[in-house]
Amino acid sequence: MRRPTFSRPTLEAKLLTFILKRMLFAIPTLIAVSIVAFIIIQLPPGDYLSTLMADLASQGGAVEEGTVAALRERFGLDQPIYVQYWKWVSNIVLYGDFGISFELNRPVTDVIWGRLGFSFLLAILTLCFVWAVAVPIGIISAVRQYSITDYGVTFFAFFMLAVPDFLLALVSMYVLSTYFGQSVGGLFSPQFADAPWSLARVGDFLAHVWLPVFVIGIGSLAALVRIMRANLLDELHRPYVTTARAKGMSELELLLRYPVRMALNPLISTLGWILPAVVSGEIIVSVVMSLPTTGPLLLRALLSQDMYLAGSLILLISVLTIIGTLISDVLLAIADPRIRLQ
Amino acid sequence: MTTDPQLQPVLKVRNLAVQFPTRTGVVKAVDDVSFDLYRGKTLCVVGESGSGKSVSARSVLQIVDRPGRITNGSMELTRPDGSVVDLAKLDPRGKQIRAIRGREIAMIFQEPMSSLSPIHRIGEQIGETLRIHFGTPKDERRTRVIELLKQVEIPNPEKAIDRYTFEFSGGMRQRVMIAMALACNPSLLIADEPTTALDVTTQAEILALIKKLQAEYGMAVLFITHDMGVVAEIADEVLVMYRGKVMERGPVEQIFHAPQADYTRMLIGSVLKLESKAEIRLKREPEAIAPELLLDVRNLSLTFPGGLKAVNDVSLTVSPAKRSVLSARAVRARPRWDVVSCVFTIRSKAPPISAARTARSSTSALPRARN
Repeated sequence: MRRPTFSRPTLEAKLLTFILKRMLFAIPTLIAVSIVAFIIIQLPPGDYLSTLMADLASQGGAVEEGTVAALRERFGLDQPIYVQYWKWVSNIVLYGDFGISFELNRPVTDVIWGRLGFSFLLAILTLCFVWAVAVPIGIISAVRQYSITDYGVTFFAFFMLAVPDFLLALVSMYVLSTYFGQSVGGLFSPQFADAPWSLARVGDFLAHVWLPVFVIGIGSLAALVRIMRANLLDELHRPYVTTARAKGMSELELLLRYPVRMALNPLISTLGWILPAVVSGEIIVSVVMSLPTTGPLLLRALLSQDMYLAGSLILLISVLTIIGTLISDVLLAIADPRIRLQ
Repeated sequence: MTTDPQLQPVLKVRNLAVQFPTRTGVVKAVDDVSFDLYRGKTLCVVGESGSGKSVSARSVLQIVDRPGRITNGSMELTRPDGSVVDLAKLDPRGKQIRAIRGREIAMIFQEPMSSLSPIHRIGEQIGETLRIHFGTPKDERRTRVIELLKQVEIPNPEKAIDRYTFEFSGGMRQRVMIAMALACNPSLLIADEPTTALDVTTQAEILALIKKLQAEYGMAVLFITHDMGVVAEIADEVLVMYRGKVMERGPVEQIFHAPQADYTRMLIGSVLKLESKAEIRLKREPEAIAPELLLDVRNLSLTFPGGLKAVNDVSLTVSPAKRSVLSARAVRARPRWDVVSCVFTIRSKAPPISAARTARSSTSALPRARN
């Protein structure tokens, strides 16, 4: 039996071409971003050495002009900017060498990798915490609209949105150390900070990590509750809900299978945004709580004009932004067939 | 009325009242409505929008949107095993009414696009009813869904089962809805304006399909519509509603040929009026001057890259004196809109000649439409 077949490509094939196309488009964006990143870190007058000289001078020391010139030549700082850029980029592409950090006198890759792991871990833990708490609360808030619960949640959400997170960090650290005698700040107690991984170290990590997770997450948690509530309220009275009800589906199954599933779609597309936030997010909280993440590193590199370190971090943020956006698009395409077909 | 004493009504509704308490007072959406539904017979509930016809239908399944609630009356459903249950007394969120929804009474809705989920495959949505009521395993469900899709005459059911609603045309979507309603072989089908959102040709197809399936399944059908044409097509009995009240009830012949209520006469009269010219226009002399053409389309063709001929050799003129309605009696496509978008594309591009060449037509955009 021969039937006419649809000649259109399948959804999966469309998804694959979509991803490939997006990856191709990412290349020129990356090149442009690397140029802009390099220009931006060169924008402040002077360079690392002049900052260093100024620091030394303010401490009463003095360096001979000849030494400065020699150092400048050694680091290649006397060359025109495009030559510096080309050296930097070609080393990254060819050898994976991001240059050295002047201030720490170590390769940039070493400096970044050590902190990136904790940054990722912290970001993912925070994300899990936020979603696990915010989505159910948002659902309850929407289903029981204008109830006491809804008003309570709404008040709490707006309150938490209004509290600056560094303030929350300071207050919670003060309360914990004064009244509960806990060691706060960092992700480890002093005795575990440089110890090799062990079960005790994991336990110590967990005892420390919940506070930064809470402080960093609470703002986005409050926002997510409100977004989830608004999205769900839009969906709750759609005709397809009535259809499902007319099928004899139970209210809970119906809620989770149809309106909640639809309300989550726009949120799924924000999942990819956490990637760039891993590197640059929550700098102030990280400084306040002395977390070993990349945020404070970026801040210090920018202040001291440690240009290869700052440039590499900015480049990393850009790359993660592009990857994150791609991940968002792909997730959304998987979640919503309407996107896939366009 | 049906006189066969053997025939027990499937559903006996007596003195049904549904109210919506609002800030400004209580709205009586349905006020003292009674009717009977018999196997194999169709009852049309007809009335203008806001007459309470849709709310009556929804209250049978207890799915009236809040704050509406049934305040009075009984709805006795005779179940296949002979037992009788009063639907009005059941808890709207309870297990008992859920066992009836979709299983014994199924419903189809006006807008198949928004009434179906856009992110679930249609096979999933149809098979769901089977899972809820019979716990049918997955592969068996698939077989049954394909069978259902065949029954509602959807081409290529083996492929269609894995498609999404937005990949179908309006008529096909309504067929999906019907397949979903039929999944559990219900004894009563409630159709809430199922053809209103469809164009005339598709409407006729859907009506014919419902009729055919009604005969096959021996269902009672409660059909809600505001369209007297549809009533004439499908009804055995008619219930005319106005502002929540029953104006008239009787066999379809009586409603059309010997209407008792003034309101019914008015309703039928308004349909007739639409078909004839307005009185004032009838009295007027026809305009003598040769009308200047606004738009003169000759031999317009539009071919999509895939080779699909959407518009093939269409010629038409639009003059200011007459109102031209572009209608095409073609099934399952949108040639009318393609003609319109063709014409507008040509008008918006300069110079018009080059655009006209690509469309292989000689459309001349004449002076601007005077509004």
